Amino acid sequence: MTFIPISPTERDAMLSTIGVKHLDELFDSIPKKHRFPKLDLPPALAEMEASALLSDIAQANENVHEHLISFLGAGAYNHYIPSVVDHILRRGEFYTAYTPYQPEISQGTLQSIFEYQSLMTNLTGMEVSNASHYDGATAAAEAVNLAYAQFRGKRTKLIVSPTVHPQYRAVIRTYTEGMDLQVAGDDPNTNLEAGPEGLSGLLDQNTMLVMVQYPDFFGRIFDFSKLIDAAHKSGALVCVVANPTALILLKTPGEMGADIVVGEAQPFGIPLWYGGPYLGYFTTKKSFVHKMAGRLVGETVDSHGQRAYVLTLTAREQHIKRERATSNICTNQGLLALAAAVYMSSLGKIGLQEVADLCYQKAHYAADQLSKLKGYELCFDQPFFHEFALCCPKPVSEINAHLLEHGILGGYDLSNDYPTLKDRMLIAVTEMNTKEDIDALVEMLAEA
Amino acid sequence: MNDATPNPKIIEPTIFELSSPGRKGVSMPASDVPEQPMPEKSLLRDDLPLPELAEVDVVRHYMRLSKFNYGVDDGFYPLGSCTMKYNPKINEDTCRLYGYLYTHPLQPIETVQGNLALMYELQEWLKEISGFAAVTLQPAAGAHGEFTGVLIMHAYHKSRKDAKRTKMLIPDAAHGTNPASVGMLGMTIQQIPSDARGNVDLAALKAACDETVVGMMLTNPNTLGLFDENIEQVVKIVHDCGGLMYGDGANLNALLGIVKPGDLGFDIMHFNLHKTFSVPHGGGGPGSGPVGVNSALAEFLPTPLVGMLESGNDDKPPLYGFIEPKKSIGRMKAFHGHFGGGLVRAYTYIAMHGADGLKDIAQYAVLNANYLLARLRATYHVPYDRICMHEFVAEGQFAGSDVRALDIAKRLMDYNFHPPTNYFPLIVHEALMIEPTETENKNTLDAFADALIKIADEAKSQPDLLHDAPKTTRFGRMDEVKAARELVLCCWLPEDYGD
Repeated sequence: MTFIPISPTERDAMLSTIGVKHLDELFDSIPKKHRFPKLDLPPALAEMEASALLSDIAQANENVHEHLISFLGAGAYNHYIPSVVDHILRRGEFYTAYTPYQPEISQGTLQSIFEYQSLMTNLTGMEVSNASHYDGATAAAEAVNLAYAQFRGKRTKLIVSPTVHPQYRAVIRTYTEGMDLQVAGDDPNTNLEAGPEGLSGLLDQNTMLVMVQYPDFFGRIFDFSKLIDAAHKSGALVCVVANPTALILLKTPGEMGADIVVGEAQPFGIPLWYGGPYLGYFTTKKSFVHKMAGRLVGETVDSHGQRAYVLTLTAREQHIKRERATSNICTNQGLLALAAAVYMSSLGKIGLQEVADLCYQKAHYAADQLSKLKGYELCFDQPFFHEFALCCPKPVSEINAHLLEHGILGGYDLSNDYPTLKDRMLIAVTEMNTKEDIDALVEMLAEA
Repeated sequence: MNDATPNPKIIEPTIFELSSPGRKGVSMPASDVPEQPMPEKSLLRDDLPLPELAEVDVVRHYMRLSKFNYGVDDGFYPLGSCTMKYNPKINEDTCRLYGYLYTHPLQPIETVQGNLALMYELQEWLKEISGFAAVTLQPAAGAHGEFTGVLIMHAYHKSRKDAKRTKMLIPDAAHGTNPASVGMLGMTIQQIPSDARGNVDLAALKAACDETVVGMMLTNPNTLGLFDENIEQVVKIVHDCGGLMYGDGANLNALLGIVKPGDLGFDIMHFNLHKTFSVPHGGGGPGSGPVGVNSALAEFLPTPLVGMLESGNDDKPPLYGFIEPKKSIGRMKAFHGHFGGGLVRAYTYIAMHGADGLKDIAQYAVLNANYLLARLRATYHVPYDRICMHEFVAEGQFAGSDVRALDIAKRLMDYNFHPPTNYFPLIVHEALMIEPTETENKNTLDAFADALIKIADEAKSQPDLLHDAPKTTRFGRMDEVKAARELVLCCWLPEDYGD
């Protein structure tokens, strides 16, 4: 199958205009011994064949829509996506455009990003949002970049709670390779039971940033106000990595005084898609806007006196500032920011509250039922949102193998990342889980 | 405040302005579990200041917004360096098959063998296309791939205890992401000039090469759309001083089946699946930026890679899973890369093309660019004028006229075309960087060339037509100064909302 709309006659006419006889003559500057290699690839497929092949491959998976009841979360959540989201996303005007460098013919993208920024700041209680990062993990890493730039490298200590998502902590380690940072708190073997107060003792005059997760990786809800106060007293910034669904219900990090709130907005209208592409959101205070990475849309007027939107403060970005830019980000997650905006507006305030309430109610029902089982108990007694750690009487891998045989995708095995948390399973429950699903999980665990 | 426009005319209200208290959109089912106690009130938010709309309000709002946009589906989009090719519709269906859409990234590997097989095979195909020994699919976009590559170069030298290497060589025509990626690691940059034919200046390169060189980041074909005629010498000079050769794969569309960057001696390269392999650009992403490396660098790739854990036979298929490279630079992002929106679409695209189809893509992309160049060179000065690859750069200025590239770009909108990239690369004055891609027909290219020739004439006879352009679009030129000065970056529900 080809998508080239040029006939042989047209091709020859074009070659003649160029002044060459054959297509191959256009490639004389390529070293001859390497020119036109034979590629060993499968033969080209017609659209019908490609469709069948991709369908066959997809069917080699067991998915959480047709085959499995899922209680797996740990950073990616199975939520209902209203039909309207994908209908808007499939508009060619949106998905086949690029970064809105030409605002006169990009107002659709620009206004929708402006609205996305507004939705995210209202949700997090912050003042500004950029137009997105690759995912929650890289957004968290960019928060470290911001803090490092804010103190011009003069403060070099980063305090990261061990209950920030393990993969986010790993990405931060990768991103900060060139910074010579001292990372504290990031020990998966200590301070897991206690709340954020344990981190206060690590604060000093060299601390640039404290990072915590809300709800934390184990699903627990803490009010970080005191920690944030303490951090500010020592001159450090605080970044809260927050789940957007939880923020519908919970006190905002903005209200607690956070300087930066980032996270993974996949729960807002983006499919699980085996891990990506997702949507990193990044919100902060207006005073940090010049240090914030990424695209930013601002309101203005056009030459006709009409309200309009443009990419603004572009002088922060890599194409102007080059090696002095805070970040190298260029392409972001534009279409998925649109997905999140359509998700939030189509559910609206009431629908979003229903989603958060269902997640909370069902997760607590599940926790209540599971903790009644012999040998099982909740690992922590702090309040939680839609995810909780369950202490099990045997290895999680064994339990999950049994569950899988019965069509249930069990929770995340916390011993993968926390050596001391043996036999502990992180269970996520969303509005997608019916009471029947939860009861089935309880029943299967009883016999596991 | 801008005195000229105290009350700007609102063409489309924001979703906050469209909101009405108590209006309901998509609703959720009633709870089917017994009521659970809520957490104490101090943990809850007081207020959720988000819009309240009905579904039809939302659909019409975004439909109206979509009509203010211009995409590849609307017309010609010759945005240089971005490869705005047609995005086949079949990709939109395959990437939404349930098996891809509804699989969780942490599922046991036994339940996602389809996904892993697809990723494994895509790694193999990208290796074959590029001539590299190993490929990671994890990076999320081109710049993310660059950062991955620079981290690998850093880790390679570090593993050899070669700590003095802190200088990256970058040509003056490079994308801004190249120096920014290097800046993220605190390395220094030495800019290498281009010579009169648009190649890397070999004398300057030789002078810059010493024992402190990390490597060189080179886009080839470069951002002038020219294939470096001395590429093998460039690679040799960099290798001779112990540096590594990084290829910015932004322009790979010109090389499919034409030459493998690995064969030319490049050590690392990122792919842009959203440019070369038809993943739609989405109004600014998501992209996908896999990275290929030679065998000496494979052990530094981000973790994890997809591998074949057990080979298959007649009775059973292979078992795919994850493997951790021995000296990995670590993780670049959570989970496994832009699987659904990026990898599945690119896989579909490559499967439909095969070897010959891929070569056709490059050949026709280069044909289209050279055809436009041939039609325009008498009207627009092309400073590095030779057979180009997939794009070329002309000057958007005329002797004795105050018309600038920006004016030409804006005037093109009146002819229903998306403008080319302007003011990049920085080494061409008033640059217009034109990349037609292979998915445009001769009529479109002719109409575009005719429009540009007519605009050149207008620039002389009626320059205000250009200064005031665009005239026919819904929105005119923007007050960018006002945007940056006032910094209105978000909106809220109206102050009297709900009163």
